[in-house]
Amino acid sequence: MEETLEEKKNKNKPYKPILEGIPDWPVYQLSKNRKEFLEEVSRKSFELILQLRPARKQLIDEIEATVYREQNRIKRNPWRVDPKDDSRFWSNVKKDLIEASSRINDEADKTHEEILKRIVTRYANEIAGNFKPNSYRVTRELIKFWFSRLLNGARVKKFGAFFRNQYTLRDKIQIVGKVKMLRKLAKKGTVVMVPTHFSNLDSILIGWVIHSLGLPAFIYGAGLNLFNIKIFAYFMNSLGAYKVDRRKKNLPYLETLKMYSNLAIQKGAHSLFFPGGTRSRSGLIEKQLKLGLLSTALEAQRNLYLENPDATEVRKIFIVPVTLNYNFVLEAPDLIEDYLHVKGQDKYFPEQDKYGSVQLIRFLFKFFTKGSNISVSIGTALDVLGNYVDEDGHSIDNQGRLIHTKDYFISNGQISEDKQREDEYTRMLSQKIVSEYHRINRVFASHVAAFVAFELWQRKFPKLDLFGLLRLPEEDLELDYAEFRESFKRVRKKIYELHDQEKVYFATHLKGKADNVLKLGIENVGIFHLKRPLLLNKKGNIITKDLTVLYYYHNRLVGYDLEQFI
Amino acid sequence: MTSSSLSDKPVGVIGAGNFGSVIANILAVNRRVILYARDEAVVSSILSTRVHRGYPMSNHVEPTSDLAYLASQCDVIFPMVPSAHFRDMMKKLSPYLHPYHILIHGTKGFDITLPAGETIESVSTLTREQVKTMSEVIKEESVVVRVGCLAGPNLAKELAQRQPGATVVASHFNEVKQIGKKLLRNDRFQVYENNDIVGVEIAGVLKNIIAIASGALSGLGYGENAKGLLISRGAVEMIYLGRALGGDLKAFLGVAGIGDLVTTCNSPMSRNFTVGYRLAKGERLEAILSDMTEIAEGVNTVRIAKKCADHYKVRALITDRLYKVLFEGMTVEEALEFLMRYPLNIDIDFL
Repeated sequence: MEETLEEKKNKNKPYKPILEGIPDWPVYQLSKNRKEFLEEVSRKSFELILQLRPARKQLIDEIEATVYREQNRIKRNPWRVDPKDDSRFWSNVKKDLIEASSRINDEADKTHEEILKRIVTRYANEIAGNFKPNSYRVTRELIKFWFSRLLNGARVKKFGAFFRNQYTLRDKIQIVGKVKMLRKLAKKGTVVMVPTHFSNLDSILIGWVIHSLGLPAFIYGAGLNLFNIKIFAYFMNSLGAYKVDRRKKNLPYLETLKMYSNLAIQKGAHSLFFPGGTRSRSGLIEKQLKLGLLSTALEAQRNLYLENPDATEVRKIFIVPVTLNYNFVLEAPDLIEDYLHVKGQDKYFPEQDKYGSVQLIRFLFKFFTKGSNISVSIGTALDVLGNYVDEDGHSIDNQGRLIHTKDYFISNGQISEDKQREDEYTRMLSQKIVSEYHRINRVFASHVAAFVAFELWQRKFPKLDLFGLLRLPEEDLELDYAEFRESFKRVRKKIYELHDQEKVYFATHLKGKADNVLKLGIENVGIFHLKRPLLLNKKGNIITKDLTVLYYYHNRLVGYDLEQFI
Repeated sequence: MTSSSLSDKPVGVIGAGNFGSVIANILAVNRRVILYARDEAVVSSILSTRVHRGYPMSNHVEPTSDLAYLASQCDVIFPMVPSAHFRDMMKKLSPYLHPYHILIHGTKGFDITLPAGETIESVSTLTREQVKTMSEVIKEESVVVRVGCLAGPNLAKELAQRQPGATVVASHFNEVKQIGKKLLRNDRFQVYENNDIVGVEIAGVLKNIIAIASGALSGLGYGENAKGLLISRGAVEMIYLGRALGGDLKAFLGVAGIGDLVTTCNSPMSRNFTVGYRLAKGERLEAILSDMTEIAEGVNTVRIAKKCADHYKVRALITDRLYKVLFEGMTVEEALEFLMRYPLNIDIDFL
């Protein structure tokens, strides 16, 4: 009796674009006025930094620290994407700083401000994306064409299938959740999309999702490291990405980056960034978000209220959490190694991207030739305080009553700016996003299989800590299939219960017969790794070729208190 | 009236018990105050006599029984109702609240939510899922996020006599702390700030347990050595329990922790102390509670804290013995004997 556990085929037609032509897109407007926009970013960041460092001594210290760190970065951690004149620029700044120290006060002040302005302007230009409608169109068609060629050629093994359009990308990548709402809100206000981050592929995937939902291109906070890979750089540049360089932690850079995002959002450009800051090393759904970029959404909303105090309706900003669910994460073995390496000590580890263009294309081919789906789960939109909004964009409280978001910024009857208050609001928003991630997470059979197997092994060696367990030779590990199946069923039942309480989602394939679901799960977990995290041996029992990678996939379901049901 | 940068809107106080009335009077030094009382009779009696619970009420205090009116007039509201009624009060108030409201409460008790048909005794343990502080109740029941709390050695009677005293205003928001300070501070009332609102709330709640124990020692006729022993060990127990419940150590060492603990343990005026005192004199709990005009929060706190200690596996000897005395018929003497024989002699191990 064969049961097919394929996801239901997407029957709905492709979404129509919500805005007709590219010239209507906010991101296009932004790129058309790129020069003015960057001038505004530089000017406002410059003013803000002077406010933050009002004394001359403070300003000099800040600039000196920046120069020191930048020169250090150039020496220690240079990247292919770094501008050619990097080293020259910073040594010139240093020279000018030294010269300024010999001048008298007023003149020195002017020089310092001029230096700061130079730095900030440089950063603004580094960060800025360069959206070009033509190359966007080309890229879009290119992705669509090649993806569907791959898909059809791979699935239907007949000559000529290559040029048929039987399967589309939309059969392979499931988009579930609040799609209609997202489309509606993108017309009414400004959307800030905040996805979970597991793989470098996320950036391209989410770009495709945005396009296929008929949304205009978003501006994108993408890690500069991605631009080291040429194929990514091409995609990202044409998708409207701006660059986030995580090596630069100095104040002028961070303030310029935040100002860029803040102003773009204020101007109505839909935005996207990964609030986890970097790919999840452990495979856990993000628990802690980076507050910097997130705070720009709040600041932008507050500024819109401040600038239009009497308006009844101000353009609203909507935060949309999104989870990306994979059976397979290309970088998993390296990510988890990183994680284990630094576990317990919060130290910086350099970005390593061993995966160049060739590996990616190979992965994509495998992805399309084998049954491994990706699902993208779109959450309910939130206002900048983390309240749910309805389809018309009105914020709603727990009791279903209407909330005016503006009221959060009112003190003494007046809209006001209060940094400490907004820091706290940002923290609240980030907690809400994290809980939404867990709620809209879509559980796959492969996640459950990995979770149950790892937990069972952990239970078999109660005296070993995590590292002890991971050091065990894989040959010593074998799980009785019947036992594995029983645990699986208990955990799955609990997942159903959590789903009824609206605490998690699961893919429809999870509902099949236990044996079939397990088969699917075992086949799919980390499907393209050389050493497979789960396999059946000849006796029909469960074995692993790589416990560490299994641990990574297992982590996806940590945080739901499922451990007690093993 | 002192000038202030705050708008001239009146300040709200909800609950016309001892503490609520006294706080209303303190606030009325600087501002107009609207005081909510559930009971219509209390409202008219304050209006006609200007005396309430034996305290003269300031002319700046306007009593009302209309929550909607209070919320529409006041941006800053001080809820001062017993924990057992707090959630109900918030449910009634909530429809009139907006995110611009600031709530600073002064209630020292826990809120618990149990599944239908269960009681504190019938559930095996309690966790932070079920046990909430008042600031958490405010956030659950309303859209208000700018929340603060008041805690510290604040015996209503002494405050009413304008004896020197102090309080802590705790909040995550500087804005809330500044407003609380501005409104409450006067030459006889010092106001301190703390960020750890949950820690301060928990400290204020847990100290009531030790206050009952202190009353019991007093009732047995023991002197100051015994009290010193109780207060210091009680503080350690509070810290352990408090940390398990999500508070930070520092809150327990400040005005809201040690400050409040010493005061209530030495105060025959306090209701919790009285419960312990009369228990030691051999009275039964029901009898004691039936002739008290206001709720002794500590009795309920003992029930809740014991179940929490069980769940979080915290050693809470005083709480545990007190639970046995209050609800399982153990005598105060027996409880004391157990504690004195307990083989535990590390003084401080949490720093």
